[in-house]
Amino acid sequence: MLYREAGQFKTSYVADQAIFPIRQDRIGLAVILIAAFVGVPLFGSDFFISAVMVPLLVFSLAAIGLNILTGYTGLLSLGTGGFMGVGAFACYKLTTVFPDVNIIIWVLVSGFFSCGIGILFGLPSLRIKGFYLAVATLSAQFFLDWAFVRIPWLVNNNTSGAIEVPTRTLLGIPVTGPTAQPEVRYLVILSVVTLLTVIASNLVHGRIGRSWMAVRDMDLAAELMGIRLYRTKLLAFAVSSYYCGVAGALMVFFWYGSAEPAVFGIDQSFFILFMVIIGGLGSLVGSFFGAALIYGMPIILKGVVAMVGLQITPATVEHLTFMTVGALIILFLIIEPAGLARLWQIGKQKLRVWPFPY
Amino acid sequence: MRAPDDTPKSRTGDVLLSVEDVSLAFGGVKAINGVSFDIRQGEIRAIIGPNGAGKTSMLNVINGFYHPQQGRITFKGRTRAKMRPYEAAAGGIARTFQNVALFRGMSALDNIMAGRTLKMKRSMFWHLLRFGPAMREEVEHRHFVEEIIDFLKIQEIRRTPVGRLPYGLQKRVELGRALAMEPELLLLDEPMAGMNLEEKEDMSRFILDVNDYYGTTIALIEHDMGVVMDLSDRVVVLDHGLKIADGTPAEVMKNQAVIDAYLGVSH
Ligand SMILES: Nc1ncnc2c1ncn2[C@@H]1O[C@H](COP(=O)(O)OP(=O)(O)O)[C@@H](O)[C@H]1O
Ligand SMILES: [Mg+2]
Repeated sequence: MLYREAGQFKTSYVADQAIFPIRQDRIGLAVILIAAFVGVPLFGSDFFISAVMVPLLVFSLAAIGLNILTGYTGLLSLGTGGFMGVGAFACYKLTTVFPDVNIIIWVLVSGFFSCGIGILFGLPSLRIKGFYLAVATLSAQFFLDWAFVRIPWLVNNNTSGAIEVPTRTLLGIPVTGPTAQPEVRYLVILSVVTLLTVIASNLVHGRIGRSWMAVRDMDLAAELMGIRLYRTKLLAFAVSSYYCGVAGALMVFFWYGSAEPAVFGIDQSFFILFMVIIGGLGSLVGSFFGAALIYGMPIILKGVVAMVGLQITPATVEHLTFMTVGALIILFLIIEPAGLARLWQIGKQKLRVWPFPY
Repeated sequence: MRAPDDTPKSRTGDVLLSVEDVSLAFGGVKAINGVSFDIRQGEIRAIIGPNGAGKTSMLNVINGFYHPQQGRITFKGRTRAKMRPYEAAAGGIARTFQNVALFRGMSALDNIMAGRTLKMKRSMFWHLLRFGPAMREEVEHRHFVEEIIDFLKIQEIRRTPVGRLPYGLQKRVELGRALAMEPELLLLDEPMAGMNLEEKEDMSRFILDVNDYYGTTIALIEHDMGVVMDLSDRVVVLDHGLKIADGTPAEVMKNQAVIDAYLGVSH
């Protein structure tokens, strides 16, 4: 079957407003979902699930969160790591104070805590923008870093100063803690990420998404059309940090199993930012691409090094990754600022008119 | 847009907007200096004057982007010392810009849909779901927007990111975005600047049609005197922030102060 919209006439604006108007796209999406929900748990090795798929989904969710703020609304944030941390610590407090409530509910609720913190640090966006706002989010990052280390109450005063994830069950099956199986943890994460991606897609394709992009592209014109700048920006901060918070909670509870505050440092913020830049500012599918590339590259590089049989230390591999990521970011910023998502669009467009390009 | 009014249009409707004794300064630069004029319901009101006369600044005062240091603005019977952008938009003032100010990363369709924002009422909750009320609202407004797209003959470029459109089409999309607000007062800042003759004729046609068919009141900044003579009912002339003439196009063209201003006679 060719990738083509010919013969698929939209008989109504409902069909035309659909997020995937082309049938082949919908089929492709269905295949991916089936592969993710059925194929991976059945056939994926434990290593593939725990070390590739789980991190990928967590980072994709965080990248979607940052993309809503930076890609869609044009507000650069360097506080992503901190907002993820708020989600993780909130989830820890909630599940230790109320252990009987299901952990998945607490993961989804913990996002609201980072949402609140996000709004708080978004307040200056009324007056400042661009570089100065980025500095404000940087100060959020440093403040949160400090709070995570200095407030022992956040980790219930335990001596390690780290979050130690307790075992929690769903229908009698452990989903967190040392006894939780990789497949189970993966399926929980996948469900949450799928749900939140659908919601993000709903938001960005309607009035709210248009307002975000309008503020990003030309705030004065947006304002003169009755879009309230401040509210729109604060909403972007709120939704964005909700997503980052949930990603942080998932990361600690369903991936790491325990986490020190250093996990939520400025490095994490930059890591997610790179994913968004390389994947594509203002693209949800790009958030997945970016996460795959940035997280996947070191793994692939290590694999290649091992395969070729080169005698390189892991430290060198790490440096190599850093350099490649750096070069890629510069390359993308210069040649294709819209990132991998744009290359994907171009590829699909070519396919649509293939084999007659004109 | 409002239903077309089929009563023969009287060119001397009530005053829709008036500015009185408005002054605006940037530091030492007096951009507007004690200017008063009014815009009547249903008319096309041209604002002309040499570069730097204060025309754009006047539009910015009217829709609340600049706040004058002195003067009053009366819109739909309510007098204020200054407008606020949101009030102006909600009150029915729409606007295009001298240097196109489209949302460059968005498609032509999304740009025009963005013009419907104030008319869309569904809350965040429904937008999270998308299906149901939010979708119905979206489709309802899409119908309206498609009418504008047909009217402006931009069907082919619906899905094109506007940043990639040629200048003339960008100006057209920008007009579409303003029309999507169903404005009572439409402010057009040099809508034909940089266009060739054919594009100018198209744009003139659109402006007249909007005015005729929907009865939209229009304030128009334009340099081409032929266009001004053809389109406008009344003209106000600014020079160095001062109003130097006000009247029908024919009256204004005969005015000695206007001729001097345009020939660059120093005052
Ligand atoms: N934002 C601004 N800051 C400083 N000066 C301005 C600003 N906007 C306009 N001016 C000045 O006000 C005067 C009138 O400008 P403008 O209204 O753009 O004129 P016109 O549209 O008639 O060409 C000019 O001298 C211009 O330099
Ligand atoms: Mg001007």
